[in-house]
Amino acid sequence: MQRRQFLKTGAATAAAALFAPSVLRAQGAPLKVGTYGGYFQESFEKYIYPDFTAATGIAVESIAEPTGEAWLVQLSQAARAGQAPADVSMMAQVARIKGARAGLWAPMDDSALKNLGNLPEHFVHRYEDGSFYGTGAVSWYITLVTNTESYPEAPTSWTALWDPANADKLGLMSLASNSFLLEITATTYFGGTDILKTDEGVLKVMEKLAEVKPNVRLWYRDEGQFQQALETGEIPMGQYYHDVTGLAASQGKPVRSVFPDEGAVLDSGSWVVSKASKLIDQSQVFIDYMAQPEIQAKLSRFVGTAPTVARELTDLTDAEFAAVASDKTPILPLSEIYVDRGDWIAQMWSEKITG
Amino acid sequence: MSLAPETTAPRWIALWPAGMLGLFFLVPFGIMLAVSVAHRDMGGFYTWAFEWNSYARFLSAFFGKVMAVSLGVSLTAGAICVALAFPFTVFLSGMGAKAQTRVLVTLLSVLALSEVIIGFALSTILSQTAGIGNIFYWLGLIDAPQAFAPSLFALILGLCYIGFPFAVLVLYPPVSRLDPEIVEAARVMGASGPRAFFGVIVPNLRGAIVGAFILVFVFTLGSYLLPQLLGRSEHWTLSVHITDQAIYQSNLPFAAAMSVFLMLVALSLVGLASLAGRDRGAK
Repeated sequence: MQRRQFLKTGAATAAAALFAPSVLRAQGAPLKVGTYGGYFQESFEKYIYPDFTAATGIAVESIAEPTGEAWLVQLSQAARAGQAPADVSMMAQVARIKGARAGLWAPMDDSALKNLGNLPEHFVHRYEDGSFYGTGAVSWYITLVTNTESYPEAPTSWTALWDPANADKLGLMSLASNSFLLEITATTYFGGTDILKTDEGVLKVMEKLAEVKPNVRLWYRDEGQFQQALETGEIPMGQYYHDVTGLAASQGKPVRSVFPDEGAVLDSGSWVVSKASKLIDQSQVFIDYMAQPEIQAKLSRFVGTAPTVARELTDLTDAEFAAVASDKTPILPLSEIYVDRGDWIAQMWSEKITG
Repeated sequence: MSLAPETTAPRWIALWPAGMLGLFFLVPFGIMLAVSVAHRDMGGFYTWAFEWNSYARFLSAFFGKVMAVSLGVSLTAGAICVALAFPFTVFLSGMGAKAQTRVLVTLLSVLALSEVIIGFALSTILSQTAGIGNIFYWLGLIDAPQAFAPSLFALILGLCYIGFPFAVLVLYPPVSRLDPEIVEAARVMGASGPRAFFGVIVPNLRGAIVGAFILVFVFTLGSYLLPQLLGRSEHWTLSVHITDQAIYQSNLPFAAAMSVFLMLVALSLVGLASLAGRDRGAK
């Protein structure tokens, strides 16, 4: 896929070099937009880019980003050479913050983005000096999921994870930085995530979380493995993605997703622009376009992501909204702690939680 | 007048294997060594440096435990594979040529399966909802359908499933070349079947047995998918932790340092094993 795209781009550039004056070529260069390869990329190519080009006249070249932080590394190394493998990139929060600390993201003119006001504060990213560099792109919920045959009655609280009755029945994500179980534990038992701002607090929360260990059958890295086990009832409870669980339920699988009383985890990806990009203006147009309520509603309907804008702004029906999100206050991940104390938290996590 | 001794191939051809070894083993290993002493850069990736931080971090009780799990799991898998594969191969070499070919082709086809498929298949077979627990229950052997995975047993089973064909393939050539007259001589002189097996066949093939054991041991040491699919978190091997550091934590220096440790320990064990095999074989 990437290789084929590379060849295509190469051929197009070569043709342009032969036939077009260089000024025109620069103007006509497509805006390169990076999303996680696979499902997100396919969805964006199908539902978003064609309409964006029709509305703005800016052509989009779709780039597949590798998983993990490899993309951040590629962007920063390319930027040192003055290159931008993508102009706009969708980044996970930890990678976004790391990039911001290194000054990798191009500051933008927030007055040029008329839809910025639609976004809540936590989806408008700014440098310390207040300059604006990115927005929330897509968001999704991680909720408490159960097999409906094993649990005829839906649990309503994260405390179900600690219930001794659920011994050896849970599937949880294997890393501190993707399960957000520290945030869940802190919100459920310590009145909020503030306790995680100190090392002692983190250790205290881990101590509480360690109590779930006898209940955990699988610490999963592979989503498919858990989803299959959940559907068959092999592992009847755990944490998983709200929209995927809802999709499985709509296909007749005996699974359900609940937003616990303490709130579900709202994870997200953000749009940022490489400082090496020569298409800052076009990037701003794209980011502004994506912050429109009707585009966010379209993403909710076709891609299964929660809208990054307030629900009232969208025309989502109750059923459409419930399929991707909830009005309950979400648990927001404390991404900064995984940047500042990532190695230490990962080490403590291995020793005290999964070890 | 004498000419230089003629050789069938020019001498520089010996440079070819040396070059390949350098290109595909020494160079990557050199890069790994260099990365393992590089400086971990939280904001980005790593910067070239010379520091022992990554090695120091590894020297802890926790990673000692992980290393022990890795070695224990692989040594067990190696021992089980050889214990099963050796009598199997001796038996196989006594079969007709056609039957031998069929069995060997079947074993080879197992090697075509990926670790992912084997892991998923075994986790289903050992599950409570769709696995053999239901057959045992139906037969009245257990009181309720039961899950056998994830567990240490499931993990070892998976590793042995992968390691067994390798062990047979290493053992097959020497076993099939073993002169049957040696065994006959032992039997003529009054040795019982088991005595002939352990007193004559096994010592004669000690080198091959050690070789098969080392191959399965080293091969399973690198496995990082099966421990995640079939084992519990306490059975995660060092390879799983290396993957976590390299992919999820972007900490390549630490991942490289762990790999160097794992390789050194594996090499020393392999050296010990082959020394032991050679010494006793020479007696």
